[in-house]
Amino acid sequence: MRANLRTLAGLALAVFLVLPFLPLVGWSVARGWRFPALLPDQVGVDAWAYALSPPSGVLASFAVTTLIASATTLLAILVGLPAGRALGLYRFRGRGLVFLLLLAPALLPGIAVVFGLHGILLRLGLAGSIPGVILAHLVPVLPYMTLVMAAVFARFDTAFEDQARSLGATPWQTFRHVTLPAILPGLMVGALFAFLVSWSQYLLTLSIGGGRVQTLPLLLFSFASAGRNDITAAIALLYILPGLMILAVTARRITGRGAALTERLHP
Amino acid sequence: MTDRTRLALLLAPALLVLGGLFLTGLGLTLLRSFRYMPALGLTEPDLAAYAAILTAPGFLASLAFSLWVAAASTLIAAVLALAAALLLRQTFPGRAVISFLVQLNLTVPHIVGAIGILYLFSQSGSFARLAHAAGLITTPAEFPILTQDPYGIGIILLYVWKELPFITLILLANMQTLGEDHEAVARSLGATRWQAFRHVLLPLLMPSLLAASALVFAFAFGAYEVPLILGAHAPKALPVLAWQASTDTDLATRPEAMAMAVVIALIGCALLAVYGRMLAKGGAGAR
Repeated sequence: MRANLRTLAGLALAVFLVLPFLPLVGWSVARGWRFPALLPDQVGVDAWAYALSPPSGVLASFAVTTLIASATTLLAILVGLPAGRALGLYRFRGRGLVFLLLLAPALLPGIAVVFGLHGILLRLGLAGSIPGVILAHLVPVLPYMTLVMAAVFARFDTAFEDQARSLGATPWQTFRHVTLPAILPGLMVGALFAFLVSWSQYLLTLSIGGGRVQTLPLLLFSFASAGRNDITAAIALLYILPGLMILAVTARRITGRGAALTERLHP
Repeated sequence: MTDRTRLALLLAPALLVLGGLFLTGLGLTLLRSFRYMPALGLTEPDLAAYAAILTAPGFLASLAFSLWVAAASTLIAAVLALAAALLLRQTFPGRAVISFLVQLNLTVPHIVGAIGILYLFSQSGSFARLAHAAGLITTPAEFPILTQDPYGIGIILLYVWKELPFITLILLANMQTLGEDHEAVARSLGATRWQAFRHVLLPLLMPSLLAASALVFAFAFGAYEVPLILGAHAPKALPVLAWQASTDTDLATRPEAMAMAVVIALIGCALLAVYGRMLAKGGAGAR
């Protein structure tokens, strides 16, 4: 009885989680789907064919979004890895303050910072450009990367580096052959999720890009407000692909029983 | 190289980015909210923008609306997530599939979920069609307005859908670090399942549940694209109102947009304080 109840509750949860994807899949293959039809009048790949053809701009937008998210992730690694090392390995005065400064951009809504950010990037001559959007994305992405790396370095033993150095390795060799292999799994998880945080940005891109940088969510919104449900649905499904791929790489068993999950989550 | 210099070098790039972009950005917003904009000839800071938004009816309605949506979404998501976490800790057929779906949901951008909710719950959406098939309605207009509605029902539905998995994963991670020992001890001392949950497990989970809830509240309160798709014309969510004020052709409304951004930032800071306190209390799972 109890087990049946559990299965039933699990089924309800699964349906709830899947539900919003169902009309998206339906619309993406629908050729006309008027009220009150439960299923599309006709099924075809028209929306997909249009979304994947050059005139729709979806592929170009996919490339721009990928470029921005990759560059943001790379910058976040370059800046966040050293900072994470400092926070994970050292106890120093003001460490709490640095943590607070890192948590704030991750927690404060984009709208709170976007106007000022636009002012700064305008002065730097970067408003309306891809580099400007990348710098803006760095604000919510960097904290995430740094906090993951801080957690990684908190479990890192520097004795291995000391041994490599005492055996004559250069700082680069030590990093390349000792430090990097040890932190790589954590770095990968941090990088993949940093990519997703940038990939999902809407308001920062809209504001800093000023309409000249068309990432996928912006394109998605313009098709949605034009009432093209079929193309909107196809783009929406394309847009979640990288997340799916990243999940396939990082998915783990979550049981609530065994050893701890260590990576930091974000809403 | 001393530890001090090494530390400074390691932290410098991150502090430069966060100080130069984030803190300066907040500072600039604050200055402009006081109507200090030398470029426009405004060199006398004042509180006129704050007075203007407080006396305009739209602002308070939007503030109340955003607080309502955030509070309702957070409460419902937190309660359901607690139930989902307790469920996923048990073994039952199909658990692996559900834990995959929970993680999948986490990677889906909010805007995609919002469009999915719109296509499900709008007056010509999937549920309206089901209601028609069941003979409950004959035209779309008879279906209750659940999206782009004045109560934010569609927005709340989206946040519950999107943030339930987030809180569930944090709770499961926390349960993993706790293990089952505490409850087993309580049970062996004669506690019922409910007593063991209520007096042993729940208090242990509380810090991470509250920390996760603070994050969800902050997001639901401050997100822009979700109310843009699922929100009504009035009242607008506060971030939408602030953005529209900032893009108004009338330059005089810019300081008002900045003042709204400052109000949003202050509420965010209060949530940051709650989050920080809960983490310090030992919400290991949320870290």
